[in-house]
Amino acid sequence: MQPYATWKYVVLIVVMILGALYAAPNLYGEDPAVQIATQSGDPLANDFGDVVSKSLVTANVQAKRSDLANQQWLISFNDEAAQRTAADALKRDLGNGYVVALTFASKTPEWLRSIGAKPMTLGLDLRGGVHFLLEVDIADVQKKAVERYLTDLPAFLRKQDIRYTGRRQTENAVQLDFADADKLSAAKSALSKEYSELTLTVPPASPMTLEAKMSDIEAKRIVDFAVKQNLTTLRNRVNQLGVAEPLVQRQGQSRIVVELPGVTDATQVESLLGATATLEYRAVDESDASVAAATGIVPPDDELFYTRDGRRPVLLKKDVIAAGSQLVDASSTVDQDGSPAVSVTLDGSGAKKMFDFTEKNVGKPMAVLFKEREVVTNYNAKGEPMREHRDVEEIISIATIRGVFGKRFQTTGLQSKEAHDLAILLRAGALAAPVDIVEVRTIGPSLGADNIRRGFQAAVLGLAMVMVFMIIYYRVFGAFAIAALVLNIVLIIAGMSIMSATLTMPGIAAMVLTMGIAVDANVLIYERIREELRDGQTPHASIEAGYDRAFLTIADANVTVLIGTIVLFAMGAGPVKGFAITLALGIVTSQFTAIVGSRSLAYLVFAKRKLKDLPIW
Amino acid sequence: MRIFAKVPNINFMAQRRTGLIVSSLLTIGVILLLVFRGLNFGIDFTGGVLVEVVYPQSVELDSVRQDLAAGGYHKPTVQYFGGTQDVLIRLAPEDKASSSEISAHVLQALGAEQKNVQLRRIEFVGPQVGDELTVNGSLAMLFAFIGIALYIMFRFEWKFAIGAIAALIHDAIMVLGFLSIFWVEFDLTTLAAILALIGYSNNETIVIFDRVRENLINQRKGTIYDVVNLSVNQTLLRSVITHVTTLLVCTALFLLGGASVHSFSVSMIVGVIVATYSSIYVSTGLAVALGVSREDLLPPEVKEIDEMP
Repeated sequence: MQPYATWKYVVLIVVMILGALYAAPNLYGEDPAVQIATQSGDPLANDFGDVVSKSLVTANVQAKRSDLANQQWLISFNDEAAQRTAADALKRDLGNGYVVALTFASKTPEWLRSIGAKPMTLGLDLRGGVHFLLEVDIADVQKKAVERYLTDLPAFLRKQDIRYTGRRQTENAVQLDFADADKLSAAKSALSKEYSELTLTVPPASPMTLEAKMSDIEAKRIVDFAVKQNLTTLRNRVNQLGVAEPLVQRQGQSRIVVELPGVTDATQVESLLGATATLEYRAVDESDASVAAATGIVPPDDELFYTRDGRRPVLLKKDVIAAGSQLVDASSTVDQDGSPAVSVTLDGSGAKKMFDFTEKNVGKPMAVLFKEREVVTNYNAKGEPMREHRDVEEIISIATIRGVFGKRFQTTGLQSKEAHDLAILLRAGALAAPVDIVEVRTIGPSLGADNIRRGFQAAVLGLAMVMVFMIIYYRVFGAFAIAALVLNIVLIIAGMSIMSATLTMPGIAAMVLTMGIAVDANVLIYERIREELRDGQTPHASIEAGYDRAFLTIADANVTVLIGTIVLFAMGAGPVKGFAITLALGIVTSQFTAIVGSRSLAYLVFAKRKLKDLPIW
Repeated sequence: MRIFAKVPNINFMAQRRTGLIVSSLLTIGVILLLVFRGLNFGIDFTGGVLVEVVYPQSVELDSVRQDLAAGGYHKPTVQYFGGTQDVLIRLAPEDKASSSEISAHVLQALGAEQKNVQLRRIEFVGPQVGDELTVNGSLAMLFAFIGIALYIMFRFEWKFAIGAIAALIHDAIMVLGFLSIFWVEFDLTTLAAILALIGYSNNETIVIFDRVRENLINQRKGTIYDVVNLSVNQTLLRSVITHVTTLLVCTALFLLGGASVHSFSVSMIVGVIVATYSSIYVSTGLAVALGVSREDLLPPEVKEIDEMP
């Protein structure tokens, strides 16, 4: 028998070492920790570490580690008491603008971290938390868009002096009636220039009617916009919750998943996710606001507000020019000069009021007031989070009116980042499309811990039983198979850790199932070897034939299981996706460990010996 | 250790007609069962509210039901989940009420504060999500069938593909039938088990097919009937051993994995047992009945020189 090629041993050993290294972080456990990020999502200041250590020194808390990780500052402690004291101190010292969350930090040592090794992420079913599935009401979004066209199109035609005789709204289109064909065609050409996103047709049944419908691309764009707007709003809100590692993600066309590990009071979170921010365009009273701020005496038509940046007092008129519900779109862009700007689109009624206002107020300032319900998270003596609502009203932009405008206008004179932030805030404040909560799953922390314990026990029992069976039945070769199986489990864990895949309870089930399937490959090989021996082949020839002939069969069988898992991955969500990933990974690694791994061992032990029979039965 | 001293010689194919007829009748019977009795769908599919709570000591289900009835919930499903302290409550989907309102109400009705009842989990699934999952789940099975069929056609031959798919459908239906008879909850994890099982049960079929092909190529004598019989006998041991190991791990999951993987492990256990039978009598039997021949599987012969001009 030819000895197994040296390079195969080298590959096997390298894979073993890498597998062990990358699986190792899962053994270290976790320290209680505090995680800090800016509320706006901006990077932390360069000297942030000094601020933190000063605060910790004042509070007399000893930190175990304190450094930057993924744009967030992570401080780990030896015990939970220190963690809570530090969190309170940091919250007090840092003030608004920062999110301070309680979390856990892996104890993985520095040298492992430096090669990118990290523990697996645990799914909500293993660590507890809340999972929300929200659905954006698409029908409502589209209906509102059609309603806007119902006011916008006639207004445009009046401005162009093209007379129509009637207008109405159908399910997904606007219909305009005309007195004669000339007016209709004039309207059609004028509208098609101004509203290129609309498809204009004349229904055969009524030749004097023009039907305006959003093109499919436009309809999709509107839905996209509404969903993204909700995503932005939800992210802002979730950041305020002070939850470590929250997940806010779009799922499919109109759904949004929000996952909050460690949170169990779904009720409060739900009310927060459901609430919407609004904004108002208002005129600025140019008289000195500092007097009003100091004395508390505000002119009767005015209200006193502060700017978001710099907390400068400003007096605003009580009258609202346009509100968030009239905002159709807001995006950061560049103006004609190439400098950053925010481009805003209002709907028909908003545009009309804006036009009337700007006509009389060119050269005067106008402000955007942002109103939002904010959540403040504090921790009580027991370390439980206490969340309170607080209404926040801040001025996010003041700009001088440069000309008369209505439907579309730009805010210029901004830095690039300012433009970006303003656009996000404007979108968050526009009345978001209604959102329904279609699924909520709350998993208590005790259930999560139980699941881990049970999954672990089942895996150990499964492995033990398979081990006993294989060794009794296949003797030394059974031991090879078990060694390969253990390596397989290590590789699954390492692979999951490297891919940052989430381990779920079904994932643990998949790992246990993989043990059964991975051993199958060895059973197939060993039965083949026995068969060859029965047929009178020499032991060495039998080993070779067993491995060579079984290879393709095993590959074929594994491919069909993979097909099943790919389908599962494509359709599944959450825990089931975890199952699919774990099973797929397990099958791929088993193809390597069960064949190359166990073959190497068999060759290592038997290749150079003179044999009459094999210890395989 | 040897179970068989030599390769067994059982004439499996002698009963192949009986096997196919029995399988067909069973499948039809189970389909009728599924139509009339249906499955115990979990809230993943039906929508609704599921609450799992733990009492500090054993609790009577009737007293839980009374508490809930007093709180205005008249048709809850209440059952033990794991032990007699752990109770699972299912409520039908309600219109309008938000999930958190429902959960707060339920806990209040149970007297959670006074009785020190601990909340383990609350799941609320809207009806639209459930409907969609039913559609997606069915589609997933269909795609898995098609994917596997294409692969077998590519690696073997269409008669084998039909046999294999018939076996997969047979296995999936038998497991569903078992779940229906014993009224085991069918949730998303159970669906995952069935999809994994489809892949696993196909494993069996492929091992036999592979051996059939190898034997057809190596032994030019003997009818297809003999070759199939020989192949099934040769792979029988391996099937038994593999099933033992898979059954061992699934039993471990069933015993220790907790209630959340019960339906998963039960489906796997039943599926593995059914797959042993179906790989012989449904997939292989059907492929033979469809007239698989030696020519179907042999590599195309090199053309003789006399065809040269």
